[in-house]
Amino acid sequence: MRLKGTKRIILETVAVILSVVIFWVPFFFVIINSLKSKTDAALLDLSWPSSIQWSNYKEVLTAQDHMVIRSFINSTLITLLSIVVLIIVSAMTGYVLQRRNDRWSGIIQFLVMAGLMIPPAVVPTIWVLDSIHLFKTMTGIVLVEVALGISFAVMLFRSFMATIPREIDEAAVVDGCGSLRMFFQIIFPLLMPVTSTVVVLSSVGIYNDFVNPLYFFPGAKNATIQLTLYNFTSMYNTSWNLLFADIMLISIPPLILFIFFNKRIVAGMTAGAVKG
Amino acid sequence: MAQQTKKTKKTILALTGALLVTSALTACGSKDDDTKTTTTTEPSTTATDGTTSERYAEPVTLKLMIDNQTSTEGIKAVADEIEKRYNIKTEFDLRPGGDEGDNLVKTRLATGEMDDLSFYNSGSLFKALKPEKYFLDVTNEPFMQNVMDSFLPTVSVDGKVYAAPSGASQAGAWLYNKKVYADLGLSVPKTWDELKANNEKIKAAGKTAVIGSYKDSWTSQLIVLADYANVQADAPTFADDFTNNKAKFADTPAALRSFQKLGEMQPYMNKDYLATTYDQAIKMLVDGTGVQYPMLTFALSNIFATYPDQIDNIGVFAQPADNADKTALTVWMPAAISIYKDGKNVEAAKKWLNFFASPEGMAIQATKAKPEGPYVIKGAQLPDDAYAGVKEMMPYFDNGNNAPALEFLSPLKGPNLPQLTVEVGAGMKSAEDNAKAYDKDVEKQAKQLGIQGW
Amino acid sequence: MQKASLTKASKRLYTYKFLLPAGIIYFVLFLLPTIMSFFFSMTRWDLVEWNFIGFDNYKTFFSESSLNIGFRNTLIYAVVTCSLKVILGLLLGVALTSGLRIKGYLRSVVFFPTLLSTIAVGIAFSSMMHPSQGLINKSLALAGIVGPDWLGDTSIALLSVAFVDVWKGVGMATVIFIAGIMSIPEDYYEALQIDGGNAWDRFWHITNPLVAPAMNSVIILSFIGGLRSFDLVWAMTKGGPGFSTDLIASIIYKQYQGGFYGLSTAGNVILFIGVSLLAFPLLKLLSKREVDL
Repeated sequence: MRLKGTKRIILETVAVILSVVIFWVPFFFVIINSLKSKTDAALLDLSWPSSIQWSNYKEVLTAQDHMVIRSFINSTLITLLSIVVLIIVSAMTGYVLQRRNDRWSGIIQFLVMAGLMIPPAVVPTIWVLDSIHLFKTMTGIVLVEVALGISFAVMLFRSFMATIPREIDEAAVVDGCGSLRMFFQIIFPLLMPVTSTVVVLSSVGIYNDFVNPLYFFPGAKNATIQLTLYNFTSMYNTSWNLLFADIMLISIPPLILFIFFNKRIVAGMTAGAVKG
Repeated sequence: MAQQTKKTKKTILALTGALLVTSALTACGSKDDDTKTTTTTEPSTTATDGTTSERYAEPVTLKLMIDNQTSTEGIKAVADEIEKRYNIKTEFDLRPGGDEGDNLVKTRLATGEMDDLSFYNSGSLFKALKPEKYFLDVTNEPFMQNVMDSFLPTVSVDGKVYAAPSGASQAGAWLYNKKVYADLGLSVPKTWDELKANNEKIKAAGKTAVIGSYKDSWTSQLIVLADYANVQADAPTFADDFTNNKAKFADTPAALRSFQKLGEMQPYMNKDYLATTYDQAIKMLVDGTGVQYPMLTFALSNIFATYPDQIDNIGVFAQPADNADKTALTVWMPAAISIYKDGKNVEAAKKWLNFFASPEGMAIQATKAKPEGPYVIKGAQLPDDAYAGVKEMMPYFDNGNNAPALEFLSPLKGPNLPQLTVEVGAGMKSAEDNAKAYDKDVEKQAKQLGIQGW
Repeated sequence: MQKASLTKASKRLYTYKFLLPAGIIYFVLFLLPTIMSFFFSMTRWDLVEWNFIGFDNYKTFFSESSLNIGFRNTLIYAVVTCSLKVILGLLLGVALTSGLRIKGYLRSVVFFPTLLSTIAVGIAFSSMMHPSQGLINKSLALAGIVGPDWLGDTSIALLSVAFVDVWKGVGMATVIFIAGIMSIPEDYYEALQIDGGNAWDRFWHITNPLVAPAMNSVIILSFIGGLRSFDLVWAMTKGGPGFSTDLIASIIYKQYQGGFYGLSTAGNVILFIGVSLLAFPLLKLLSKREVDL
């Protein structure tokens, strides 16, 4: 579509102004207030701080025996471990489901898709975790994140598998590859594009997850970064500067991811969502 | 070295055990009191030796789980003294307050990860933790002899006591700004109508008569909860009948009145009461833009911490009844400190509590945290420099015009009360509707918890 | 050919053993609890012992206003967030595939909030929505408008939260639409241009029908997301004032907090039956529309 000169400039100006008001102002508001003193931040306005207080960040990081740092470590571990397990098990599943086409694969497919829609049953899950002694453990929360992420990941892997010709498998079989070796040496590397999409999307989801840790990983010691932020709202309910500093801190990982993978995320997202 | 002390301790234990058996045999048929004194043998013998022999050679560290809304200054002062005397360090493990905190405590108990010592509400909330499963039975510990009888039922299950008081009692009442009261020529209201008349005058003077801080929804319950002493004056058996499914808020006029009173205050509240937090409310009360705040008197300590020069400007009066001679003060028992049964340092925790819950412990506490009401430890006196507001409460105790809050008399407290009182206080629902809704909420709780008679 | 490829050899190659790791995790931590929830929802339960009480929990759920208010709120919330995301996402999608030179910048800006933590977004917006001190009402006051109490007024509190949900989530919808629009072959537009169609015709006759698969994804994703929503409401209002912003998921959490595990599980069962009853027919309806085109 071609737009004429002046019309286009007007449209673009309007778009920029709107984007600034709707998206930049909230970001700016949080950033600027995270650097103010407690009394300045209480005004909740956009004025420039009378003195910039980087110490707010230090205070947040050291509060409650470095709670924020500890929860950062927890969140990072949970995210990394979940992603590794999720990628391996989902890639294998997506591969077999796409290649086979019999009665069983249909049923399995339905069960997998159900996971996309049906909300998990919370208390029974706690009960199961408790019975296998995994409630409130790192292993437990990792497995829960994997279980609840499998459907989405399998869907992406399965639709991507359709673009890999069967001839490749057959050639590998002729070469005498066993099924497991064949998958990990030949197929898995070919899945790289979709794997990176799953890595990015699922890691954001797991890192930002609030509900599952709230239910399945409670306790002050093993708080995740989202739980810590939530608890700070009652603790710092008059210290907006500290609360906003915490928000800034926990937004750093998604920000980095965004800067490096912006194009990749958008491309991967769309590929999966539309075809799926 | 440590090995050796452990060994000697074991022998002492064995000896006392033998002593106990013999004394129990000889004192056959004597009353509980006797067994109580005999059980004290071990700690009291060491106590006579003074601090040295009771002192651990190696430092012992106890963890105390406490919510982050309680000011810990006073407890810290006692903990420091305990460290000096017994070489027992106390590590404060802060947890969130409110529902969040309750949930955390419950899961920590359920998963066997409770700290050595736990600070928690006494009364129905405490009993809902199933203390008999998780906490040490301290019925026969020597320090319990210091504790006033009025406190015991709030931490007992089946006649066994599971906690000691953490400090002084407090009241649910109305805090008011004395300076503004004097400026406007107001006097403390003795009846509900007088309170409303005061409100009108305050409102006419351009100030907020009643501070609402419903952003922290728990604060909205105060008018209903602090009315209980008045309810009991009218309906003395309400607590029992309520527990036994025989009386309801909606059809007991005195109890329904509590909800109605709440509904009547809406015109006198500050503009942003739905977005105002507890801390902001305190600020309003102190600077006089808000004049009266229905609140627990622990707020006095928060005021003293933040605005020390203003503390004597804040007074306390009981929520008035409709009739002046029924007006009584509703009392909250101090929080409970209990010992986790499966903790690693039960003996040290006992020592800790033994000193903490003594008149001496309370006096040390008072140096850093002034009481928010009378103590429930026998022999512990209010310090001379107690808050003016607390001194103003004393007549209600001296005359016996007080009663514990309902949550200390009944295990039932519907979890939705804060939301229901927000609705009544903000005029979204009528007092009658939500008194009924609260009765249903209580019924739901009673059924879910499997309480008899429901 | 297809039949022939499913020989014994290929069965061995594509062995179902590959499904075991995923299958075990998925079964134990998702399917099993889901199946068990039907039983536990009919009990009084403290995680250790249970007491079978039939449909009492369901009766309580449907009869008590503090519980069933969640049905209405959840439906409103899902419909509002879903339709706004579809409409705004489509408009943004069209705008951001047009000739604007700054579309790269705009795509990034619109998409970025999707990556942020819901809790963080909720906290920031609830501070901006403070009735007298908040940024929004202070700005409105400059224009002489007295802004409402966004989160305190029960008639709009739910919509205020829904608005924040849309702010955070519209980027995802936009990106899906962009992909959908970009997959439409350029030939269609060229053909229309020869016939003399204007911009509206382009949108109405080509973009709108051909973007249907993308739209279906957006509708399904955001509708189900809306029905299951919890964290944003919890961070902003905790379901209040009163019960005015309680969603089924927040009610489930409150029952869990109260220790009413059976009741909480009943809420869970109601939620997933509700989601299935609404989502599966919707899915059918939408895919039918796709086929008809």
